[in-house]
Amino acid sequence: MRMRPLALFAGLYLLFLYAPIILLPLFAFNDGTVIAFPLQGFTTRWFIDLANTPDLREATGNSLIIACSVAVLATCLGLFAARAATRYTFPLKGGIMGFIMLPLVLPEVIVAISLLVTLSQLGLTTSIYTIILGHTLLCMPFAIAILQGSFSGLDQSLEEAAMDLGETRTGAFFAVILPLVVPGIIASLLICFIISLDEFIIAFFLSGNEPTLPVYLWGQLRFPARLPIVMALGTILVALSILLLVVANALRRYGLRRSGQDDSGGFL
Amino acid sequence: MTDALISLQGVQKYYGEYHALRGIDAEIGAGEFFSLLGPSGCGKTTLLRAIAGFEDISGGQILLAGRDMAGVAPNKRPTNMVFQSYAIFPHLSVEQNVGFGLRRSDLSAAEKTHAIGAALEMVGLGHLGKRAAHALSGGQRQRVALARALILKPKVLLLDEPLSALDRKMREEMQVELIKLQREVGITFILVTHDQEEALVMSDRIAVMFEGEIAQLDDPEVLYRRPATRRVADFIGVMNFLPGQAGSGGLDVAGLGRVEIDAVHWPQGKVLGACAVGLRPETMSLLYEGEVARAREVTGVIDEVVYYGDMTYYDVRLDGAPEPLRLSMRNVVGRDVLEVGAQARLAWDPRAMVVFPGEGGSPA
Repeated sequence: MRMRPLALFAGLYLLFLYAPIILLPLFAFNDGTVIAFPLQGFTTRWFIDLANTPDLREATGNSLIIACSVAVLATCLGLFAARAATRYTFPLKGGIMGFIMLPLVLPEVIVAISLLVTLSQLGLTTSIYTIILGHTLLCMPFAIAILQGSFSGLDQSLEEAAMDLGETRTGAFFAVILPLVVPGIIASLLICFIISLDEFIIAFFLSGNEPTLPVYLWGQLRFPARLPIVMALGTILVALSILLLVVANALRRYGLRRSGQDDSGGFL
Repeated sequence: MTDALISLQGVQKYYGEYHALRGIDAEIGAGEFFSLLGPSGCGKTTLLRAIAGFEDISGGQILLAGRDMAGVAPNKRPTNMVFQSYAIFPHLSVEQNVGFGLRRSDLSAAEKTHAIGAALEMVGLGHLGKRAAHALSGGQRQRVALARALILKPKVLLLDEPLSALDRKMREEMQVELIKLQREVGITFILVTHDQEEALVMSDRIAVMFEGEIAQLDDPEVLYRRPATRRVADFIGVMNFLPGQAGSGGLDVAGLGRVEIDAVHWPQGKVLGACAVGLRPETMSLLYEGEVARAREVTGVIDEVVYYGDMTYYDVRLDGAPEPLRLSMRNVVGRDVLEVGAQARLAWDPRAMVVFPGEGGSPA
């Protein structure tokens, strides 16, 4: 049983990773205002309180508007970039693509600060729209990475065959290429949506007096009495994130199968 | 020729500095099965794609039915293409694939259905119309690609190495089917291939290309029996090359002796001096006891025996020849396969010789 120490390590690793997250639903349904063991009993009142908090509804609304806009914007821009990167060669292609993918590794705080400085230099006030801009910048690399996977697996002759059979270049794109990358597009939309919904740093710097959900959550941490509501909200967010990720990945696999490719595993 | 369907006039193509097509001239007739044959990188696919409209040419003209194709988009040309990968649309059914080209036509839905059915019937896939495209085998994909390209009734069907993805048995079947299909529809087929056997089997005429130029354009038999250059001879089938010396008294061939200069074929005209003499393996044979050569005979030693079932290849070493001569013998009842090291009498015929003046006898 040479594997035993490694299995133990893997077990501990998973515990360390997920135990804190399991605490969220545990305390969200706990009938007591103090976040501590032992548990007091089952309740759903934190969720009801949650629904009756107007500030929270506003923050949720902000977050949804931002996440939807970002998902659409980043995916559209990513579509152009991914298509260009896979289909054409142009001067400085490597450098240009590198620059586009850079936000993936830049410290978010730095990005947030530079965005804030730029906005104030331009005389713009922070609002939902500035968060949308910031999140789009952040999500673009993810969108490109996902869509590049969809595009690069496509046989280039498919487009030529469509043109050969009477389609124009645009017609060929809509008739053949787009349907084959639709699963990738949906996956990209979902991923960008989740990233934007969960993102804190940029939202915090750029939110002004229109907080997003995570920013609102962070603000609530100052009031110990509100902690169970935060737990309840956290539970919903985690569940939503997991659901969206699963759907996105299922779609990506479906897309690969449909266009006759093998799954090389992994999103990015 | 004014009745040519396709006329290639000095077609040039540059990719930056790289000269991919160096002045291609050819006339291809209506209903002809025409092949572009050559090693990879010779420009054959570039030429096919230029005819289809996927590549702009850098010089010269491509005329299709008398009309200059410069600036005409692929979807406006009377050509359709079968791609090397078949490019079957994976998200569509077989029927939708085949009917793709009819999407913009004025036909009624019933007419389209009928046309699709007929096209599928033609390639023997009448029963598979509803199947999803990604569930097809290689041979079936090939047939769908054919039906899809032919449904538009193009003047010219372009085939880019259509059989290279199939296994050998399937390939041979499809060769015959393609020939039948071409006769049936009467459309000009232009086939790109690097497989000389495939080109010989299927084509009315073959253009052999090297480095962006047509080295020889002829029908298969002439190409095989009377190759214009040593390189063509080497590319098409197997040919032995012996060093020769042509003088006023005759042609001296290493290992085989002197032959009359008029008895052999000179594709580029008679030039005295050093030359290479080509002989195909099947034009020679080994003589068994009691047999006599119809033309000439020479004695040698068997150097190598390669048994193929229906045929045996022998390498025979001759005195004075730098390399053993390869010859092929049909295996018939009552004629044993000879062994390595045995003495053998070799029958040959000067009329089968092709002489390439100014080229050395040993392999280049």
